[in-house]
Amino acid sequence: MPYQIIVCGGLAPDPLQTLEPVTTPAGPGLKNELMLPAVFDPWAGHALYEAANLAKNVPGSVIKVVSIAPKAKLQQVMMTVAQKLPFELVPLDGPGGGFTDSASVATALADAIAAIPGLDKSQMLLFGGWESATRGAGVVMQMVGEKLGITEQFLAVDELKVDESGALIIKERVEGGRHQVSKCAAPPAVLAWATGNLPEPSNHPQTGMANMRAMMPALQKAKAAALTSTLSYASVALPAVTRQTKIVKDVPAAQIAQELADWIKQ
Amino acid sequence: MEPILVLLHTTDEGALPKAALETLAVAQTLGTYHLAVLGANAAAAAQSVSAGALSVRAIEGDAVAVSRYATDAVAAQALATASGATVILAPCTLRFQRALPGVAARLNGACDTHVVAVDPDLSIHRWYYRQRMEATQSRTARPWFVLIEPGAADPCAAQPGAAAEVLPCAVETRTEVIGYQSPNADQQTIRPDAQLLFVAGAGWTKKQKDGQTHTDEAGSLILNFVQHNKTSLGSSKSLVDLSGEGQAVLPFLTHLHQVGQTGSTPRHRKGLSTCCHGEEPHVVGWRFINERRAINLDAACGWARGKADVLYVADAFEVMRELAKLL
Repeated sequence: MPYQIIVCGGLAPDPLQTLEPVTTPAGPGLKNELMLPAVFDPWAGHALYEAANLAKNVPGSVIKVVSIAPKAKLQQVMMTVAQKLPFELVPLDGPGGGFTDSASVATALADAIAAIPGLDKSQMLLFGGWESATRGAGVVMQMVGEKLGITEQFLAVDELKVDESGALIIKERVEGGRHQVSKCAAPPAVLAWATGNLPEPSNHPQTGMANMRAMMPALQKAKAAALTSTLSYASVALPAVTRQTKIVKDVPAAQIAQELADWIKQ
Repeated sequence: MEPILVLLHTTDEGALPKAALETLAVAQTLGTYHLAVLGANAAAAAQSVSAGALSVRAIEGDAVAVSRYATDAVAAQALATASGATVILAPCTLRFQRALPGVAARLNGACDTHVVAVDPDLSIHRWYYRQRMEATQSRTARPWFVLIEPGAADPCAAQPGAAAEVLPCAVETRTEVIGYQSPNADQQTIRPDAQLLFVAGAGWTKKQKDGQTHTDEAGSLILNFVQHNKTSLGSSKSLVDLSGEGQAVLPFLTHLHQVGQTGSTPRHRKGLSTCCHGEEPHVVGWRFINERRAINLDAACGWARGKADVLYVADAFEVMRELAKLL
Protein backbone atom coordinates (compact mmCIF):
# COMPACT_ATOMS: atom_id res chain seq x y z
CA MET A 1 0.00 0.00 0.00
CA PRO A 2 1.36 3.42 -0.90
CA TYR A 3 2.03 5.81 1.93
CA GLN A 4 0.86 9.33 2.47
CA ILE A 5 3.98 10.92 3.88
CA ILE A 6 3.58 14.26 5.62
CA VAL A 7 6.86 16.03 6.37
CA CYS A 8 6.80 18.90 8.87
CA GLY A 9 9.71 21.28 8.55
CA GLY A 10 10.49 24.90 9.20
CA LEU A 11 13.29 27.25 8.26
CA ALA A 12 16.48 28.04 10.16
CA PRO A 13 19.10 30.75 9.72
CA ASP A 14 22.01 29.59 7.60
CA PRO A 15 24.31 27.92 10.16
CA LEU A 16 27.27 30.10 9.17
CA GLN A 17 25.45 33.32 10.10
CA THR A 18 26.27 35.20 13.28
CA LEU A 19 23.18 35.33 15.47
CA GLU A 20 22.38 38.00 18.00
CA PRO A 21 19.21 38.15 20.10
CA VAL A 22 17.13 41.34 20.23
CA THR A 23 13.90 42.27 21.98
CA THR A 24 10.96 42.97 19.68
CA PRO A 25 7.38 43.98 20.51
CA ALA A 26 6.43 40.32 19.99
CA GLY A 27 9.14 39.03 22.32
CA PRO A 28 12.67 37.87 21.62
CA GLY A 29 13.91 37.64 18.07
CA LEU A 30 17.10 37.75 16.05
CA LYS A 31 18.84 40.92 14.95
CA ASN A 32 18.08 41.53 11.27
CA GLU A 33 16.02 38.33 11.29
CA LEU A 34 14.26 39.00 7.99
CA MET A 35 17.57 39.73 6.29
CA LEU A 36 19.32 36.56 7.44
CA PRO A 37 19.63 33.92 4.73
CA ALA A 38 17.59 30.86 5.63
CA VAL A 39 17.81 27.17 4.91
CA PHE A 40 15.32 24.33 5.28
CA ASP A 41 15.82 23.08 8.82
CA PRO A 42 18.61 20.47 8.70
CA TRP A 43 16.83 17.70 10.61
CA ALA A 44 13.60 18.25 8.69
CA GLY A 45 15.75 18.05 5.57
CA HIS A 46 16.92 14.58 6.58
CA ALA A 47 13.28 13.60 7.14
CA LEU A 48 12.43 14.87 3.67
CA TYR A 49 15.26 12.91 2.03
CA GLU A 50 14.15 9.76 3.85
CA ALA A 51 10.59 10.42 2.70
CA ALA A 52 11.80 10.68 -0.88
CA ASN A 53 13.69 7.42 -0.56
CA LEU A 54 10.65 5.63 0.87
CA ALA A 55 8.33 7.09 -1.77
CA LYS A 56 10.70 5.93 -4.50
CA ASN A 57 10.63 2.38 -3.13
CA VAL A 58 6.87 2.26 -2.56
CA PRO A 59 5.25 3.40 -5.82
CA GLY A 60 2.18 5.55 -5.48
CA SER A 61 3.35 7.17 -2.26
CA VAL A 62 3.00 10.93 -2.07
CA ILE A 63 4.90 13.53 -0.04
CA LYS A 64 3.44 16.73 1.34
CA VAL A 65 5.59 19.24 3.20
CA VAL A 66 3.82 21.32 5.84
CA SER A 67 5.73 24.40 6.94
CA ILE A 68 5.15 27.51 9.03
CA ALA A 69 7.35 30.42 7.99
CA PRO A 70 7.15 33.92 6.58
CA LYS A 71 5.92 33.07 3.11
CA ALA A 72 8.39 35.29 1.24
CA LYS A 73 11.25 33.48 2.95
CA LEU A 74 9.61 30.12 2.41
CA GLN A 75 9.38 30.85 -1.29
CA GLN A 76 13.10 31.67 -1.44
CA VAL A 77 14.10 28.47 0.34
CA MET A 78 11.73 26.30 -1.68
CA MET A 79 13.42 27.45 -4.89
CA THR A 80 16.32 25.27 -3.76
CA VAL A 81 14.56 22.44 -1.89
CA ALA A 82 12.04 21.92 -4.68
CA GLN A 83 14.82 20.90 -7.06
CA LYS A 84 15.71 17.84 -5.02
CA LEU A 85 12.56 15.72 -5.08
CA PRO A 86 8.89 15.91 -6.02
CA PHE A 87 6.54 17.03 -3.26
CA GLU A 88 3.54 19.22 -2.59
CA LEU A 89 3.87 22.21 -0.26
CA VAL A 90 1.26 23.06 2.37
CA PRO A 91 2.47 26.47 3.57
CA LEU A 92 1.33 28.43 6.60
CA ASP A 93 2.32 32.07 6.78
CA GLY A 94 3.70 32.84 10.22
CA PRO A 95 6.78 33.52 12.29
CA GLY A 96 9.48 30.93 11.80
CA GLY A 97 11.93 31.84 14.55
CA GLY A 98 12.98 29.71 17.47
CA PHE A 99 11.16 31.72 20.12
CA THR A 100 7.67 30.71 19.03
CA ASP A 101 5.78 28.44 21.43
CA SER A 102 6.14 24.78 20.51
CA ALA A 103 2.61 23.88 21.68
CA SER A 104 1.07 26.57 19.49
CA VAL A 105 3.20 25.58 16.50
CA ALA A 106 2.12 21.96 16.97
CA THR A 107 -1.55 22.95 17.04
CA ALA A 108 -1.20 24.98 13.84
CA LEU A 109 0.62 22.14 12.06
CA ALA A 110 -1.92 19.54 13.23
CA ASP A 111 -4.83 21.69 12.06
CA ALA A 112 -3.19 22.19 8.66
CA ILE A 113 -2.57 18.45 8.27
CA ALA A 114 -6.08 17.53 9.35
CA ALA A 115 -7.43 19.92 6.70
CA ILE A 116 -5.52 18.31 3.80
CA PRO A 117 -8.22 17.07 1.40
CA GLY A 118 -8.43 13.32 0.89
CA LEU A 119 -5.83 12.43 3.50
CA ASP A 120 -6.00 8.71 4.33
CA LYS A 121 -4.80 8.64 7.92
CA SER A 122 -4.56 4.85 7.95
CA GLN A 123 -1.65 5.08 5.49
CA MET A 124 -0.11 8.21 6.93
CA LEU A 125 3.49 8.50 8.04
CA LEU A 126 4.15 11.77 9.80
CA PHE A 127 7.79 12.75 9.35
CA GLY A 128 9.77 15.66 10.74
CA GLY A 129 13.04 16.54 12.34
CA TRP A 130 13.89 15.21 15.78
CA GLU A 131 14.70 18.75 16.84
CA SER A 132 14.97 22.01 14.96
CA ALA A 133 18.06 24.15 14.60
CA THR A 134 16.08 27.05 16.10
CA ARG A 135 14.05 26.14 19.19
CA GLY A 136 15.81 22.78 19.44
CA ALA A 137 13.17 21.37 21.79
CA GLY A 138 12.35 18.08 20.12
CA VAL A 139 8.70 18.22 21.20
CA VAL A 140 6.65 19.44 18.24
CA MET A 141 6.35 16.17 16.33
CA GLN A 142 5.03 14.26 19.35
CA MET A 143 2.49 16.99 20.01
CA VAL A 144 1.34 17.03 16.39
CA GLY A 145 1.01 13.25 16.51
CA GLU A 146 -1.08 13.39 19.67
CA LYS A 147 -3.35 16.05 18.24
CA LEU A 148 -3.91 13.81 15.20
CA GLY A 149 -4.51 10.77 17.41
CA ILE A 150 -1.36 8.90 16.41
CA THR A 151 0.07 6.97 19.36
CA GLU A 152 2.84 5.02 17.63
CA GLN A 153 5.71 7.47 17.74
CA PHE A 154 9.47 7.26 17.29
CA LEU A 155 12.12 9.85 18.12
CA ALA A 156 15.66 10.30 16.82
CA VAL A 157 15.10 7.82 14.01
CA ASP A 158 18.09 6.83 11.90
CA GLU A 159 16.56 4.07 9.77
CA LEU A 160 13.17 2.88 8.51
CA LYS A 161 12.64 -0.34 6.62
CA VAL A 162 9.42 -2.02 5.56
CA ASP A 163 9.40 -5.82 5.90
CA GLU A 164 7.53 -8.27 3.71
CA SER A 165 4.42 -8.07 5.93
CA GLY A 166 4.31 -4.29 5.61
CA ALA A 167 5.49 -3.72 9.18
CA LEU A 168 7.81 -0.80 9.85
CA ILE A 169 11.21 -1.69 11.29
CA ILE A 170 12.58 1.42 12.96
CA LYS A 171 15.94 2.26 14.50
CA GLU A 172 15.91 5.04 17.09
CA ARG A 173 18.95 6.53 18.79
CA VAL A 174 19.25 5.89 22.49
CA GLU A 175 21.93 6.90 24.94
CA GLY A 176 25.45 5.60 24.61
CA GLY A 177 25.75 5.44 20.84
CA ARG A 178 23.22 2.62 20.52
CA HIS A 179 20.06 2.10 18.49
CA GLN A 180 16.78 0.72 19.77
CA VAL A 181 15.05 -1.41 17.14
CA SER A 182 11.25 -1.55 17.10
CA LYS A 183 8.63 -3.12 14.87
CA CYS A 184 5.45 -1.17 14.24
CA ALA A 185 2.78 -3.36 12.65
CA ALA A 186 1.37 -0.69 10.36
CA PRO A 187 0.86 3.04 9.83
CA PRO A 188 -0.11 5.58 11.02
CA ALA A 189 3.06 6.50 12.85
CA VAL A 190 5.13 9.53 13.73
CA LEU A 191 8.84 9.40 12.91
CA ALA A 192 10.95 12.30 14.14
CA TRP A 193 14.24 11.85 12.31
CA ALA A 194 17.81 12.26 13.41
CA THR A 195 20.23 12.39 10.51
CA GLY A 196 19.50 9.01 8.92
CA ASN A 197 22.18 7.83 6.55
CA LEU A 198 21.18 9.30 3.21
CA PRO A 199 23.15 12.00 1.42
CA GLU A 200 21.43 15.16 0.23
CA PRO A 201 19.77 14.49 -3.14
CA SER A 202 21.28 16.28 -6.08
CA ASN A 203 19.39 19.07 -7.83
CA HIS A 204 17.10 18.38 -10.77
CA PRO A 205 15.98 21.67 -12.33
CA GLN A 206 13.05 20.00 -14.10
CA THR A 207 11.74 18.63 -10.81
CA GLY A 208 12.15 22.10 -9.38
CA MET A 209 10.15 23.71 -12.14
CA ALA A 210 7.37 21.13 -11.84
CA ASN A 211 7.22 21.59 -8.06
CA MET A 212 7.22 25.36 -8.22
CA ARG A 213 4.27 25.42 -10.62
CA ALA A 214 2.09 24.06 -7.80
CA MET A 215 3.95 25.78 -4.98
CA MET A 216 3.56 29.34 -6.16
CA PRO A 217 -0.26 29.31 -6.06
CA ALA A 218 -0.14 27.47 -2.72
CA LEU A 219 2.18 30.12 -1.30
CA GLN A 220 -0.08 32.92 -2.54
CA LYS A 221 -3.03 31.31 -0.78
CA ALA A 222 -1.09 30.44 2.39
CA LYS A 223 -3.23 30.97 5.45
CA ALA A 224 -1.88 32.95 8.36
CA ALA A 225 -0.87 30.77 11.29
CA ALA A 226 -2.22 32.48 14.39
CA LEU A 227 0.31 31.45 17.00
CA THR A 228 -0.30 32.11 20.67
CA SER A 229 2.09 31.62 23.56
CA THR A 230 2.05 30.66 27.20
CA LEU A 231 5.74 31.52 27.41
CA SER A 232 7.28 34.65 28.80
CA TYR A 233 10.94 35.45 28.43
CA ALA A 234 12.87 37.22 31.19
CA SER A 235 16.04 37.35 29.13
CA VAL A 236 17.76 35.96 26.07
CA ALA A 237 21.51 36.40 25.84
CA LEU A 238 24.59 35.11 24.10
CA PRO A 239 26.94 33.10 26.29
CA ALA A 240 29.46 35.53 27.70
CA VAL A 241 32.42 33.21 27.88
CA THR A 242 35.21 33.88 25.41
CA ARG A 243 38.39 31.92 25.95
CA GLN A 244 41.84 33.43 25.90
CA THR A 245 43.27 31.08 23.32
CA LYS A 246 46.96 30.29 23.74
CA ILE A 247 48.45 29.62 20.31
CA VAL A 248 51.40 27.24 20.32
CA LYS A 249 53.39 27.15 17.09
CA ASP A 250 56.87 26.18 15.89
CA VAL A 251 57.10 23.57 18.63
CA PRO A 252 58.22 19.97 17.88
CA ALA A 253 55.46 17.39 17.71
CA ALA A 254 57.06 15.39 20.52
CA GLN A 255 56.88 18.38 22.85
CA ILE A 256 53.23 19.01 21.98
CA ALA A 257 52.48 15.35 22.54
CA GLN A 258 54.12 15.46 25.97
CA GLU A 259 52.07 18.52 26.92
CA LEU A 260 48.89 16.82 25.72
CA ALA A 261 49.74 13.61 27.56
CA ASP A 262 50.23 15.53 30.80
CA TRP A 263 46.94 17.35 30.26
CA ILE A 264 45.04 14.15 29.51
CA LYS A 265 46.42 12.44 32.63
CA GLN A 266 45.45 15.34 34.93
CA MET B 1 4.38 26.82 45.92
CA GLU B 2 2.86 24.80 43.13
CA PRO B 3 2.62 21.02 43.54
CA ILE B 4 5.68 19.47 41.89
CA LEU B 5 6.08 15.90 40.68
CA VAL B 6 9.49 14.37 40.08
CA LEU B 7 8.86 11.79 37.36
CA LEU B 8 11.64 9.27 36.76
CA HIS B 9 12.16 6.08 34.82
CA THR B 10 14.40 3.12 35.38
CA THR B 11 16.80 1.50 32.96
CA ASP B 12 15.95 -1.86 31.38
CA GLU B 13 17.92 -3.42 34.25
CA GLY B 14 15.63 -1.80 36.82
CA ALA B 15 17.99 0.83 38.20
CA LEU B 16 17.65 4.59 38.22
CA PRO B 17 20.00 6.28 35.72
CA LYS B 18 22.32 9.03 36.90
CA ALA B 19 20.10 11.60 35.17
CA ALA B 20 17.26 10.62 37.54
CA LEU B 21 19.30 11.54 40.61
CA GLU B 22 20.33 14.81 38.96
CA THR B 23 16.67 15.72 38.38
CA LEU B 24 15.85 14.79 41.96
CA ALA B 25 18.66 17.08 43.11
CA VAL B 26 17.12 19.98 41.15
CA ALA B 27 13.72 19.30 42.72
CA GLN B 28 15.19 19.28 46.22
CA THR B 29 16.28 22.89 45.76
CA LEU B 30 12.68 23.91 45.03
CA GLY B 31 10.93 22.58 48.15
CA THR B 32 8.48 19.73 48.58
CA TYR B 33 7.63 17.32 45.80
CA HIS B 34 5.80 14.12 44.90
CA LEU B 35 7.73 11.24 43.37
CA ALA B 36 6.77 8.77 40.64
CA VAL B 37 8.79 6.18 38.75
CA LEU B 38 7.92 4.06 35.73
CA GLY B 39 9.78 1.17 34.16
CA ALA B 40 11.24 -2.17 35.16
CA ASN B 41 11.48 -2.61 38.94
CA ALA B 42 9.98 0.86 39.37
CA ALA B 43 8.48 0.36 42.85
CA ALA B 44 11.77 -0.68 44.41
CA ALA B 45 13.64 2.05 42.56
CA ALA B 46 11.12 4.63 43.78
CA GLN B 47 11.46 3.51 47.38
CA SER B 48 15.24 3.72 47.14
CA VAL B 49 15.02 7.53 46.69
CA SER B 50 11.66 8.37 48.28
CA ALA B 51 12.85 10.01 51.50
CA GLY B 52 11.16 13.37 51.86
CA ALA B 53 8.65 12.88 49.03
CA LEU B 54 5.03 13.82 49.78
CA SER B 55 3.76 10.78 47.92
CA VAL B 56 5.37 7.90 46.03
CA ARG B 57 3.86 6.08 43.06
CA ALA B 58 5.15 3.63 40.49
CA ILE B 59 4.10 1.78 37.37
CA GLU B 60 5.98 -1.35 36.48
CA GLY B 61 5.45 -4.57 34.56
CA ASP B 62 5.84 -5.79 31.02
CA ALA B 63 4.11 -2.81 29.43
CA VAL B 64 6.72 -0.32 30.63
CA ALA B 65 9.73 -2.59 30.94
CA VAL B 66 11.09 -1.12 27.72
CA SER B 67 11.08 2.38 26.26
CA ARG B 68 8.13 2.79 23.90
CA TYR B 69 6.00 5.85 23.22
CA ALA B 70 2.52 4.34 23.47
CA THR B 71 3.06 2.62 26.81
CA ASP B 72 5.30 5.26 28.37
CA ALA B 73 2.83 8.00 27.51
CA VAL B 74 -0.08 6.20 29.18
CA ALA B 75 1.99 5.44 32.27
CA ALA B 76 3.37 8.97 32.58
CA GLN B 77 -0.09 10.45 32.11
CA ALA B 78 -1.49 8.23 34.87
CA LEU B 79 1.31 9.09 37.28
CA ALA B 80 1.13 12.82 36.55
CA THR B 81 -2.63 12.90 36.94
CA ALA B 82 -2.61 10.86 40.17
CA SER B 83 -0.09 13.23 41.76
CA GLY B 84 -2.18 16.32 41.07
CA ALA B 85 1.02 18.18 40.25
CA THR B 86 1.02 21.16 37.93
CA VAL B 87 4.78 21.13 37.37
CA ILE B 88 6.48 17.86 36.45
CA LEU B 89 10.27 17.66 36.56
CA ALA B 90 11.79 14.78 34.62
CA PRO B 91 15.19 13.89 33.22
CA CYS B 92 15.72 14.80 29.56
CA THR B 93 16.63 11.27 28.53
CA LEU B 94 15.64 10.10 25.09
CA ARG B 95 12.96 7.89 26.66
CA PHE B 96 11.21 10.83 28.30
CA GLN B 97 12.02 13.22 25.49
CA ARG B 98 10.06 10.89 23.24
CA ALA B 99 7.07 10.33 25.51
CA LEU B 100 6.45 13.39 27.67
CA PRO B 101 5.79 16.05 24.99
CA GLY B 102 2.88 13.93 23.78
CA VAL B 103 1.59 13.56 27.34
CA ALA B 104 1.72 17.34 27.71
CA ALA B 105 -0.37 17.65 24.54
CA ARG B 106 -2.88 15.08 25.87
CA LEU B 107 -3.29 17.06 29.07
CA ASN B 108 -3.46 20.38 27.19
CA GLY B 109 -0.26 21.48 28.88
CA ALA B 110 3.24 22.33 27.73
CA CYS B 111 6.68 20.77 27.70
CA ASP B 112 10.14 22.29 27.76
CA THR B 113 13.26 20.23 27.24
CA HIS B 114 17.03 20.69 27.60
CA VAL B 115 16.52 22.75 30.75
CA VAL B 116 19.86 23.44 32.44
CA ALA B 117 18.60 25.22 35.59
CA VAL B 118 15.37 25.95 37.46
CA ASP B 119 15.08 29.01 39.69
CA PRO B 120 13.02 29.00 42.91
CA ASP B 121 10.31 31.05 41.18
CA LEU B 122 10.09 28.26 38.55
CA SER B 123 11.82 30.25 35.83
CA ILE B 124 13.82 27.89 33.67
CA HIS B 125 17.04 28.32 31.74
CA ARG B 126 17.42 26.67 28.36
CA TRP B 127 19.35 27.10 25.13
CA TYR B 128 18.15 28.22 21.73
CA TYR B 129 19.58 28.01 18.23
CA ARG B 130 21.62 24.96 19.12
CA GLN B 131 23.39 26.32 22.21
CA ARG B 132 24.10 29.70 20.64
CA MET B 133 22.01 31.69 23.14
CA GLU B 134 20.49 31.04 26.53
CA ALA B 135 17.03 32.15 27.64
CA THR B 136 15.41 32.51 31.03
CA GLN B 137 11.70 31.90 30.71
CA SER B 138 8.52 30.90 32.50
CA ARG B 139 5.14 29.55 31.46
CA THR B 140 1.51 29.92 32.41
CA ALA B 141 0.37 26.66 30.80
CA ARG B 142 -0.23 23.76 33.18
CA PRO B 143 0.58 20.94 33.56
CA TRP B 144 4.10 21.92 32.62
CA PHE B 145 6.63 19.20 31.91
CA VAL B 146 10.19 20.42 32.51
CA LEU B 147 12.88 18.05 31.29
CA ILE B 148 16.25 18.56 32.98
CA GLU B 149 19.32 18.12 30.78
CA PRO B 150 21.61 15.30 31.98
CA GLY B 151 24.75 16.74 33.53
CA ALA B 152 23.10 20.04 34.47
CA ALA B 153 23.25 19.30 38.21
CA ASP B 154 25.20 17.09 40.57
CA PRO B 155 23.28 13.91 41.42
CA CYS B 156 21.79 13.72 44.90
CA ALA B 157 22.50 10.85 47.26
CA ALA B 158 19.81 8.19 47.22
CA GLN B 159 17.84 8.16 50.50
CA PRO B 160 15.26 5.37 50.88
CA GLY B 161 11.85 6.20 52.31
CA ALA B 162 8.21 5.19 52.00
CA ALA B 163 7.10 2.36 49.76
CA ALA B 164 5.47 3.22 46.45
CA GLU B 165 1.82 2.84 45.61
CA VAL B 166 1.82 0.76 42.42
CA LEU B 167 -0.70 1.87 39.80
CA PRO B 168 -2.02 -0.36 37.00
CA CYS B 169 -1.22 0.33 33.37
CA ALA B 170 -2.87 -1.26 30.36
CA VAL B 171 -2.64 -0.06 26.79
CA GLU B 172 -2.83 -1.53 23.32
CA THR B 173 0.02 -0.77 20.99
CA ARG B 174 1.08 -1.82 17.51
CA THR B 175 4.75 -1.46 18.40
CA GLU B 176 7.02 -4.21 19.67
CA VAL B 177 10.52 -3.39 20.85
CA ILE B 178 12.87 -5.94 19.31
CA GLY B 179 16.11 -4.99 21.02
CA TYR B 180 19.22 -2.89 20.73
CA GLN B 181 22.04 -2.61 18.25
CA SER B 182 25.36 -1.43 19.56
CA PRO B 183 29.00 -1.93 18.66
CA ASN B 184 30.96 -4.60 20.51
CA ALA B 185 32.57 -3.35 23.71
CA ASP B 186 36.01 -3.27 22.08
CA GLN B 187 34.65 -1.32 19.11
CA GLN B 188 32.68 1.18 21.15
CA THR B 189 33.68 4.74 20.35
CA ILE B 190 30.86 6.73 21.99
CA ARG B 191 31.32 6.82 25.75
CA PRO B 192 29.14 9.40 27.50
CA ASP B 193 31.02 8.92 30.79
CA ALA B 194 34.51 9.42 29.33
CA GLN B 195 36.65 12.28 30.64
CA LEU B 196 37.92 13.20 27.18
CA LEU B 197 36.16 13.74 23.87
CA PHE B 198 38.46 13.25 20.88
CA VAL B 199 37.09 14.90 17.75
CA ALA B 200 38.32 14.18 14.24
CA GLY B 201 37.88 16.65 11.42
CA ALA B 202 38.02 16.34 7.65
CA GLY B 203 41.72 17.24 7.59
CA TRP B 204 42.55 13.62 8.41
CA THR B 205 41.40 12.64 4.93
CA LYS B 206 43.17 15.38 2.98
CA LYS B 207 46.43 15.12 1.07
CA GLN B 208 49.43 15.32 3.37
CA LYS B 209 52.95 16.72 2.85
CA ASP B 210 53.86 13.96 0.39
CA GLY B 211 50.86 14.77 -1.77
CA GLN B 212 49.06 11.56 -0.82
CA THR B 213 46.13 10.81 1.45
CA HIS B 214 46.77 8.50 4.40
CA THR B 215 43.31 7.56 5.55
CA ASP B 216 44.33 4.06 6.70
CA GLU B 217 46.96 5.48 9.00
CA ALA B 218 44.55 8.20 10.13
CA GLY B 219 41.97 5.60 11.05
CA SER B 220 44.54 3.53 12.87
CA LEU B 221 45.92 6.51 14.85
CA ILE B 222 42.46 7.70 15.83
CA LEU B 223 41.05 4.31 16.79
CA ASN B 224 44.16 3.28 18.71
CA PHE B 225 44.06 6.49 20.71
CA VAL B 226 40.33 6.24 21.41
CA GLN B 227 40.39 2.55 22.36
CA HIS B 228 43.57 2.71 24.40
CA ASN B 229 42.57 5.79 26.40
CA LYS B 230 38.84 4.98 26.57
CA THR B 231 37.90 8.38 25.24
CA SER B 232 34.71 9.22 23.41
CA LEU B 233 35.00 9.86 19.67
CA GLY B 234 33.30 12.70 17.86
CA SER B 235 33.44 14.03 14.34
CA SER B 236 32.84 17.17 12.36
CA LYS B 237 29.91 17.13 9.95
CA SER B 238 32.11 17.35 6.89
CA LEU B 239 33.90 14.15 7.80
CA VAL B 240 30.79 12.03 8.37
CA ASP B 241 29.22 13.48 5.25
CA LEU B 242 32.21 12.18 3.27
CA SER B 243 31.50 8.70 4.66
CA GLY B 244 27.79 9.01 3.80
CA GLU B 245 28.63 9.93 0.24
CA GLY B 246 30.30 6.57 -0.23
CA GLN B 247 33.90 7.72 -0.02
CA ALA B 248 36.14 5.22 1.75
CA VAL B 249 37.22 7.48 4.58
CA LEU B 250 37.26 6.57 8.25
CA PRO B 251 34.36 4.13 7.88
CA PHE B 252 33.92 3.76 11.64
CA LEU B 253 32.54 7.30 11.82
CA THR B 254 28.78 7.70 11.46
CA HIS B 255 26.30 10.49 12.02
CA LEU B 256 26.07 9.27 15.63
CA HIS B 257 29.54 10.73 16.13
CA GLN B 258 28.70 14.12 14.70
CA VAL B 259 29.20 17.02 17.12
CA GLY B 260 27.69 20.42 16.37
CA GLN B 261 24.78 22.24 14.82
CA THR B 262 23.25 19.10 13.34
CA GLY B 263 24.90 16.66 15.69
CA SER B 264 25.13 16.09 19.40
CA THR B 265 26.18 18.35 22.25
CA PRO B 266 28.14 15.96 24.45
CA ARG B 267 29.27 16.66 28.00
CA HIS B 268 32.88 15.82 28.81
CA ARG B 269 35.41 17.51 31.02
CA LYS B 270 37.99 17.78 28.24
CA GLY B 271 37.90 17.92 24.48
CA LEU B 272 40.70 17.51 21.93
CA SER B 273 39.93 18.58 18.38
CA THR B 274 42.15 17.43 15.55
CA CYS B 275 42.14 18.56 11.92
CA CYS B 276 38.95 20.52 12.44
CA HIS B 277 38.64 24.24 11.74
CA GLY B 278 36.46 25.16 14.69
CA GLU B 279 33.79 26.95 12.72
CA GLU B 280 30.68 28.04 14.60
CA PRO B 281 28.29 25.29 13.39
CA HIS B 282 30.71 22.70 14.77
CA VAL B 283 31.71 24.53 17.91
CA VAL B 284 28.12 24.95 19.12
CA GLY B 285 28.32 21.25 19.92
CA TRP B 286 31.26 21.99 22.26
CA ARG B 287 29.21 24.26 24.48
CA PHE B 288 29.44 21.92 27.46
CA ILE B 289 33.07 20.81 27.01
CA ASN B 290 34.98 22.53 29.80
CA GLU B 291 38.64 22.31 28.75
CA ARG B 292 39.32 22.52 25.03
CA ARG B 293 42.47 21.99 23.02
CA ALA B 294 42.88 21.79 19.27
CA ILE B 295 45.50 20.71 16.77
CA ASN B 296 45.37 22.39 13.39
CA LEU B 297 47.85 23.45 10.70
CA ASP B 298 46.12 26.82 10.34
CA ALA B 299 46.92 29.34 13.09
CA ALA B 300 44.01 31.51 11.94
CA CYS B 301 41.35 28.81 12.12
CA GLY B 302 38.13 29.23 14.07
CA TRP B 303 39.55 27.67 17.22
CA ALA B 304 41.94 30.62 17.57
CA ARG B 305 39.00 33.02 17.93
CA GLY B 306 38.46 32.49 21.63
CA LYS B 307 36.94 29.03 21.33
CA ALA B 308 39.80 26.78 22.46
CA ASP B 309 42.05 27.14 25.50
CA VAL B 310 45.10 26.01 23.55
CA LEU B 311 45.57 25.77 19.79
CA TYR B 312 48.58 23.74 18.68
CA VAL B 313 49.64 24.73 15.17
CA ALA B 314 51.02 21.38 14.12
CA ASP B 315 50.55 18.29 11.99
CA ALA B 316 48.04 16.07 13.79
CA PHE B 317 49.56 12.93 12.24
CA GLU B 318 52.94 13.72 13.81
CA VAL B 319 51.48 14.73 17.17
CA MET B 320 49.25 11.68 17.42
CA ARG B 321 52.14 9.35 16.49
CA GLU B 322 54.14 10.85 19.34
CA LEU B 323 51.18 10.79 21.68
CA ALA B 324 50.65 7.09 20.99
CA LYS B 325 54.14 6.44 22.36
CA LEU B 326 53.40 8.30 25.57
CA LEU B 327 49.92 7.03 26.47
